[in-house]
Amino acid sequence: MENRSLVTIADHSKEKIMYLLEMARLFEENPNRKILDGRVVATLFFEPSTRTRLSFETAANRLGARVIGFTDPKVTSSSKGETLKDTIMMVSNYADIIVMRHYLEGAARYASEVAPVPIINAGDGANQHPSQTMLDLYSIYKTQGTLENLNIYLVGDLKYGRTVHSLLMAMRHFNPTFHFIAPEELKMPEEYKAYCRAQGIRYEEHTEFDEHVIAEADILYMTRVQRERFTDLMEYERVKDVYILKNSMLEGTRPNLRILHPLPRVNEIAYDVDNNEKAYYFQQAHNGLFARQALICDCLGITIDEVREDKLMC
Amino acid sequence: MDKKELQVAALENGTVIDHIPAEKVFTVVSLLGLQDMKTPITIGANLESKKLGRKGIIKVADRFFTDEEISRLSVVASSVKLNIIRNYEVVEKKTVNMPDELRGIVRCANPKCITNNEPGMDTLFHVVDKEQGRLKCHYCEKTQQIENVKLV
Ligand SMILES: [Zn+2]
Repeated sequence: MENRSLVTIADHSKEKIMYLLEMARLFEENPNRKILDGRVVATLFFEPSTRTRLSFETAANRLGARVIGFTDPKVTSSSKGETLKDTIMMVSNYADIIVMRHYLEGAARYASEVAPVPIINAGDGANQHPSQTMLDLYSIYKTQGTLENLNIYLVGDLKYGRTVHSLLMAMRHFNPTFHFIAPEELKMPEEYKAYCRAQGIRYEEHTEFDEHVIAEADILYMTRVQRERFTDLMEYERVKDVYILKNSMLEGTRPNLRILHPLPRVNEIAYDVDNNEKAYYFQQAHNGLFARQALICDCLGITIDEVREDKLMC
Repeated sequence: MDKKELQVAALENGTVIDHIPAEKVFTVVSLLGLQDMKTPITIGANLESKKLGRKGIIKVADRFFTDEEISRLSVVASSVKLNIIRNYEVVEKKTVNMPDELRGIVRCANPKCITNNEPGMDTLFHVVDKEQGRLKCHYCEKTQQIENVKLV
């Protein structure tokens, strides 16, 4: 049987990405469809992530599926020493598809190899989080009307932030120009810069963050700068207020600029930005619903034509 | 047969594993599972070598290794040469080639990798750069150097 699991978006072709974005757009037109009537979706959260779980479960519910699962590993056998494989095999007896979040890296890949049903990776440690990447791409596409030839500015923790790494790799098909804005300690790792060079992706690096640096931006992607990421706490004290976006910095920016953030934010976007029309992070999170509906359907082998022809809208 | 090889017993049929870095002799033993074999095996350690300073030689009677078995040695000793002996003559020489994949041979250096936490699963690495000896874990996707990884 063909493995329809989604472990990482890095392997997806440009055509596949555009196909999934179009499917997400159909779900945004009407998110309530009974396409998954009679199916069971399991959400297995071996580490808690309320936002991601609610988004996936809402996506499944609005498609008419039933949802089973757990959030806390303490209530399952995995704390009694059951292997991941055994848990996955057990749940596969009940569910048609498994959405899985795990604190270990590579857990989703392994699950996809042992499970008889498709797996959707809802985050595996610091490794991959493809549904976040999909909703980021959808948000960029929706606000800019295209994914091609954009100036994308990534700000904050570029060293540990897996969302920016996945976004960077997924954007390789679309001729982007990246600007990496980060403190010295949290710079974009060399392996991703090497990736950019190998893929012919242009990039510039900055340590300063002000209205001049972002004047040409189409997308400003903010991330959290967390204290625990610093080995040198003096350095943290010095830079913690540098990577905060304030409303006043947006005056001279492009009219099409939109601000994204994977959420939750701490203080890296000042609250006065929320009312600016360029703030897009709350809609971005909302887009996650449509992106996840598309991913669930695709992993279950439901085609875009079946979504288009769906007559059972409720 | 050169003088150095005479330091250990001659072989009628089997495999001479030569040019093993001195400290890797027993690693080679375990990578090839020699400790479980029933045929005569001669292990020479800390022999003189022009190339390596000190080297090891292992002679295994009546046993010929597959290319897959030989490729496992690439993780510890790419200098290793194998002489295939039939009727006291070297009939074939083999060198160690880095394979495209290493399954169940080395451990991932990432403690948060599923392979280090899930019982009963094999590790799998893709060799992304044979010259530089760079490996990528199939599961956690972390890239690592072959000289830094540990055997399972
Ligand atoms: Zn690994």
